Amino acid sequence: MAGVAVSTTINGDSVEYLCQPDETLLDVLRDRLGLTGAKEGCGTGDCGACSIILDDRLVCSCLVLGAEAEGRRVETIEGMAHGDKLHPLQQKFLEHAALQCGICTPGFLIAAKDLLAKNPDPTEEEIRFGLAGNLCRCTGYDKIVRAVQDAATVMKGA
Amino acid sequence: MNFDPRFSGRKFTSVGTRPIRPDGVDKVTGRARYGADFNMAGQLVGRVLRSPHAHAKIRKIDTSKAEKLPGVKAVITAADLPDLTDGDAAMYDILDNCMARTKALYDGHAVAAVAAVDARTARQALKLIVVDYEVLPHVTDVDEAMNHHAPLINDAIFTEGLEEKPVKPSNVTKRSQFGHGDVHQGFGHADFIVERSFKTEQTHQGYIEPHACVASVSSDGTADLWVCTQGHFVYRQHCAQLLGMEASKLRVTSSEIGGGFGGKTHVWAEPVALALSRKAGRPVKLVMTRDEVFRASGPTSATSIDIKIGARKDGTITAAEATLRYSCGPYAGSWAEIGAMTAFACYKLDNVKTVGYEVLVNRPKTAAYRAPSAPMAAFAVESAVDELAKEIGMDPVEFRIRNAAQEGTRSSYGPVYGPIGIGPTLEAAKSHPHMKAPLGPNQGRGMACGFWFNFGGQTCTDLNIGMDGSVSLAVGTVDVGGSRASLSLVAAEELGIAYEHVKAIVADTSSLGYNDMTDGSRGTFSSSMATISAARNAIKILRERAAQMWDIAVDDVVWEKGHAVAKGEKHGNLGKLSLKEIAAASGKTGGPIAGHSELVADGAGVSFATHICDIEVDPETGSTRVIRYTVVQDAGKAVHPTYVEGQYQGGAAQGIGWALNEEYIYGKDGRLQNPGFLDYRIPVCSDLPMIDTQILEIPNPNHPYGVRGVGETSIVPPLAAIANAVSNAAGVRMTHIPMSPPRILAAIEAERGG
Repeated sequence: MAGVAVSTTINGDSVEYLCQPDETLLDVLRDRLGLTGAKEGCGTGDCGACSIILDDRLVCSCLVLGAEAEGRRVETIEGMAHGDKLHPLQQKFLEHAALQCGICTPGFLIAAKDLLAKNPDPTEEEIRFGLAGNLCRCTGYDKIVRAVQDAATVMKGA
Repeated sequence: MNFDPRFSGRKFTSVGTRPIRPDGVDKVTGRARYGADFNMAGQLVGRVLRSPHAHAKIRKIDTSKAEKLPGVKAVITAADLPDLTDGDAAMYDILDNCMARTKALYDGHAVAAVAAVDARTARQALKLIVVDYEVLPHVTDVDEAMNHHAPLINDAIFTEGLEEKPVKPSNVTKRSQFGHGDVHQGFGHADFIVERSFKTEQTHQGYIEPHACVASVSSDGTADLWVCTQGHFVYRQHCAQLLGMEASKLRVTSSEIGGGFGGKTHVWAEPVALALSRKAGRPVKLVMTRDEVFRASGPTSATSIDIKIGARKDGTITAAEATLRYSCGPYAGSWAEIGAMTAFACYKLDNVKTVGYEVLVNRPKTAAYRAPSAPMAAFAVESAVDELAKEIGMDPVEFRIRNAAQEGTRSSYGPVYGPIGIGPTLEAAKSHPHMKAPLGPNQGRGMACGFWFNFGGQTCTDLNIGMDGSVSLAVGTVDVGGSRASLSLVAAEELGIAYEHVKAIVADTSSLGYNDMTDGSRGTFSSSMATISAARNAIKILRERAAQMWDIAVDDVVWEKGHAVAKGEKHGNLGKLSLKEIAAASGKTGGPIAGHSELVADGAGVSFATHICDIEVDPETGSTRVIRYTVVQDAGKAVHPTYVEGQYQGGAAQGIGWALNEEYIYGKDGRLQNPGFLDYRIPVCSDLPMIDTQILEIPNPNHPYGVRGVGETSIVPPLAAIANAVSNAAGVRMTHIPMSPPRILAAIEAERGG
């Protein structure tokens, strides 16, 4: 099958790649571009571990085709920190121990970043519903919610 | 070297603090490498063909068309994994589970596998493999499988543990029994007796990371395996045995693990990936899909349990009896046996009897799931205990306190308890503010207790001191939830240096001696014991080096707060030598300084928890909401309290999912109908409240710091605590887990006489 040539922007960098028409953006990121921060937990859009931001919209990259990234802006976990300075959400996830195994963490961080961009001062309930598309099996979500609350406070003050 | 593991009651400097974990930054930046994040040059993609039938004889497999497809480099069937198990029945079962030999025993059972240049070619190749099945009658329900007319899954199985060897084969592989006293007599002394039957459905550990590995077999017979596992040494042993290799020729590296909970203690795909790599002569990456994880890895048992408990008017239990039937999948297991051991472990009983039956069904082979087998037994027992308290007219907490096991109690499964935490967790629950929180309409409060043994086992640790005085700690227990942080704290504590100067890693199988896997809540318990022992061995050398530097007798040197100190007036002018100074001089005093430890960590202290929860039930729909949840558990000593809380909260959340939602649903055709996270719904963030935790510390006398395992007990009480809360809210006793809305509604309507 002939490959599709795609020009896109990933974490602010111009990127070009060839992919198959039926290949997901998640597979492109992981297998062609070496960006393995997004994880495949289900491949059906149920777990959120592959969350990325596509043109300011939170999506499961397993439900997007690689070819669909043409001309768009992709943000992944690899672009979240600025150099060696962690994003406040990353820092608060560490401080609150909001991760155990950590496989869901990139997806949660991306989803939380999207949530706080749209609602900088969320209630606990808004956080819980805002992150309901991401599965975590280790933490019971308690420390994740607290980390997001704390990060929101820090980011408001920034 | 002699190592004294007894609890010493020392004051802690590092242990009990809450630093950031050493693997943290990699995990929040996407840099941490999990099973599927590793690649090798020239790597092929492996895929597995699975049986669509619950039970079928494999007449013939034709792989010729698949082999001819361009891009396909290897196709294997059971013929490529010859039986080298040499009469070891358990290993044979593992082999047969990895690749069906004569019969497919469940929907999803592997029957063939391919390795191809890319995923699409591999998928196409699977479609070209022709399997000629003779479909056989199947059975998936644990009670039906015990019926004499049920289809036989393995006609070579004759029930073990009966007084006389049965003449006919059956689906019951084993009967086991525990207890003491005379239950018949005990029930005779009871004023009240509760007798009930319960069922629980099969659930999956639900780790978010599917099984993944990269296998690379060289033509010289050596091999590397990168894999997400809870026990890379055990995987090495099993894979080497199944493939006919020497263990030392197979190096297994454990990746970061994206959740396991017991489910990554068994090999499934790994021997297949190695066999594919051996045949293709190239590395092979094999990653399960979520569908495969549900259908073909190891969920927990479905159960059917009968309970009978009797008590006097004053609230003393006079006798307790349980019959427990646990599904094992199509291979023998000991799941009911564990359930029978744990069922009444919380209580002081003069007369107790538990009987377990291991039952074969056409479902995937049961694997451990966090305190395996205990939650179901606790659900049945703690539901009956609640009901009995109600009949007597006692508060359920008071009733449990009255009957709680204590130090010196002979447990229902045999051993006599040392200092234990069941009484203290109950007292803490009784006085917890949660107990006084107001309940709204349609809300009910429930509580329950839970027990887990905790394991120890074979453990090996290396502690190497660098020339700059920093410390590398190499452990062999996979870090499933922050143990590298805990073990670094322990090394820092023992050496008397700062946490920041210790870096812990999980070593591969070629770099460290054998370690049992991270299961049974043993990771921090046993590896901390080995770390303490290794650190003490290093301190002995540090003292010797200091003595050499000072030219005094080693017996005059003691180790205090990270320094060698010369004791006695005659050495009054010697000052102190820091670990860093001794390390810097090591090249001239005898070379590198290290401490090693190889031990069997005995004496894992048993663990108890009490949970309280409030549930709201919508009487019109049967839907539920968790309003409040509190966990009280004994940790022995919480090395890193934040991660201990995390274990408590995580276990509670998994228990909540099990209690209210999660179940394997099989169709009449014996096929799993919900092999995905959409239809097998685990709790999401908006389903849960904050989960309050209270850590009790009743030191384990058999660990230098008093540590007990903490990982598993937290999943034992939730099923029962929630069932008691739902029963109180709905006004009807719930006996079938999960308490999904249709089951609750049916129970409410039946109670109304509808």
